[in-house]
Amino acid sequence: MKASRTTKAFQYIALLGYMVFLGFPLVWMLSTSFKPPREMVEIHPTLVPHNPTLDNYVEAFTEQELGRAALNSLQVSLATAVLTVLVALPAAYALARFKTRLGTVALGWVLLSQLFPFVLLVIPLFLILRQVDLVNTHAGLVLVYVVWALPFALWMLQGFVRNIPRELEEAAAVDGATRLQTLRRVVAPLLAPGVVATSLFAFISAWNEFFFALVLLKSPDLATLPVTLARFVGVEGIARLGPLAAGSLMATIPSLLFFAFLQRRLTSGSLAGAVKG
Amino acid sequence: MTTFAEARRRSDRTTVYLLLLPALLPVLVLSVVPLLRGIYLGFTDARAGRNADTSFTGIENYRELVNDDLFWSAFRIGLVWSFGVTILQFVLALGLALLLDQPLRFRGFARVMALVPWAMPPVIVGIMWRLVYHPDAGLLNEVLYRGGAEGLRHNWLGDFSTALPAVILVGIWAGMPQTTIVLLAGLQGVPRELHEAAAVDGASAWQRFRSVTIPNLMPVIIAITSLDFIWNFNSFGLVYVLTAGGPGGRTMLPMLFAYEEAFRYGNYGYAAALGNVMVIIIVALLALYLRRRLREANA
Repeated sequence: MKASRTTKAFQYIALLGYMVFLGFPLVWMLSTSFKPPREMVEIHPTLVPHNPTLDNYVEAFTEQELGRAALNSLQVSLATAVLTVLVALPAAYALARFKTRLGTVALGWVLLSQLFPFVLLVIPLFLILRQVDLVNTHAGLVLVYVVWALPFALWMLQGFVRNIPRELEEAAAVDGATRLQTLRRVVAPLLAPGVVATSLFAFISAWNEFFFALVLLKSPDLATLPVTLARFVGVEGIARLGPLAAGSLMATIPSLLFFAFLQRRLTSGSLAGAVKG
Repeated sequence: MTTFAEARRRSDRTTVYLLLLPALLPVLVLSVVPLLRGIYLGFTDARAGRNADTSFTGIENYRELVNDDLFWSAFRIGLVWSFGVTILQFVLALGLALLLDQPLRFRGFARVMALVPWAMPPVIVGIMWRLVYHPDAGLLNEVLYRGGAEGLRHNWLGDFSTALPAVILVGIWAGMPQTTIVLLAGLQGVPRELHEAAAVDGASAWQRFRSVTIPNLMPVIIAITSLDFIWNFNSFGLVYVLTAGGPGGRTMLPMLFAYEEAFRYGNYGYAAALGNVMVIIIVALLALYLRRRLREANA
């Protein structure tokens, strides 16, 4: 089945069209982030800035509000990642190694909960967190994020546990290792990539989240990066577009790194050799 | 008398529950309970404020919703948005997935590029497209000017007639990767022999696409379009940043409307009722869709 020349040409043109559609908004934001304010008000903006400058980045960095928001986001996302993994790890091990109906129930709940709009969830959450004085605190937000990331984290981690051949654990037991020793010496090292991937997932989902942060945090000093950036949108003058673009790009870097990382992981298939040996 | 195996099984079960507890408890307290309470709130007159009394009002909220023009408008816009984004996104993503499945040069690069929108937080996507649509400093107007179509220059997000289509385009862009990746994985699962057999029998590319690719891909198509539809109907952040529901409510999606009701006006009960209606609509539409597809599959 060889495609004709015209078909091939058409395919390349179509692919180019897709790449332009997918890539150009990002290129434009990149270009905007390097433009000095003067070029922003030009009647006909150009793709390549005449006088590219790093001022927007410096300004976004030193802007007190953005810096603080980035720190808030970092704090919340790190706490979410650590807590999610700590809570998910034992449960994932149980789901992967023991037969239990709870696994099916959990998965059913994950799918079902997709149906419900966040309003239904966020109002009662707000009321519950208020009862225990956790509204408008990072701790409250982290709790919500952990619960939110948990189902997918569980599913991801139990897949990683399943990939560790049971034979390895049995071999260790035969050699006289206790259960705890087996977990520490055999399972933990093999599970490390899975733990990294899962905590990264939890980190990114907290880093990118907007709705809960918008509703549950009231004071501007506590706001996370997406909320602070979104607040800038309403009030920006045209001259403020540069720092806004620069700040947005910097806020995207963690997720871009995450996806770059995942790409490699997904293609590596690093466990196959452990059994065949 | 308990046998050794039975005792072993029982201790295993205790272990399992102990291991699962730390994960299940938070989900129960902060996901299942709030959701049930949220559904209940939809039948009350709950309002913001610490000391506000809440009483059960039955279907009062829903009677009010039926007479609320803003609700009907949000409902209509929500359907246009969800169907528009889901369908167009599916068509575009299928095209891209088919291309990425071909032995083309730059395919690796294209696959990475196809992931970019996924790697961006919705708020940033919104900000980015505001820069593209910006009436003065925006890319789109400049491209139109350079292309000699200056008459088409527009305040895309600010104009009553273009705001919704402009927002839908962003929705399509933002959801392309997930749909494309899932469809591509589905395409790679279609047995090559089927294609070859059809080609030997003299089927054209289009005939092969219709009678081999599509039927084999159907389960994947149903799954991803259903999920896309749910996600789109419940989406919030993207449009909140792009237009906040404006101009004049032209892009007021149901979720934005519910958010305003709950957190601007403090009508918790009313907003929750709206949420309940949204769930019912989604379930009804999905049931219709899945039933038709299943019947087609069995025919």
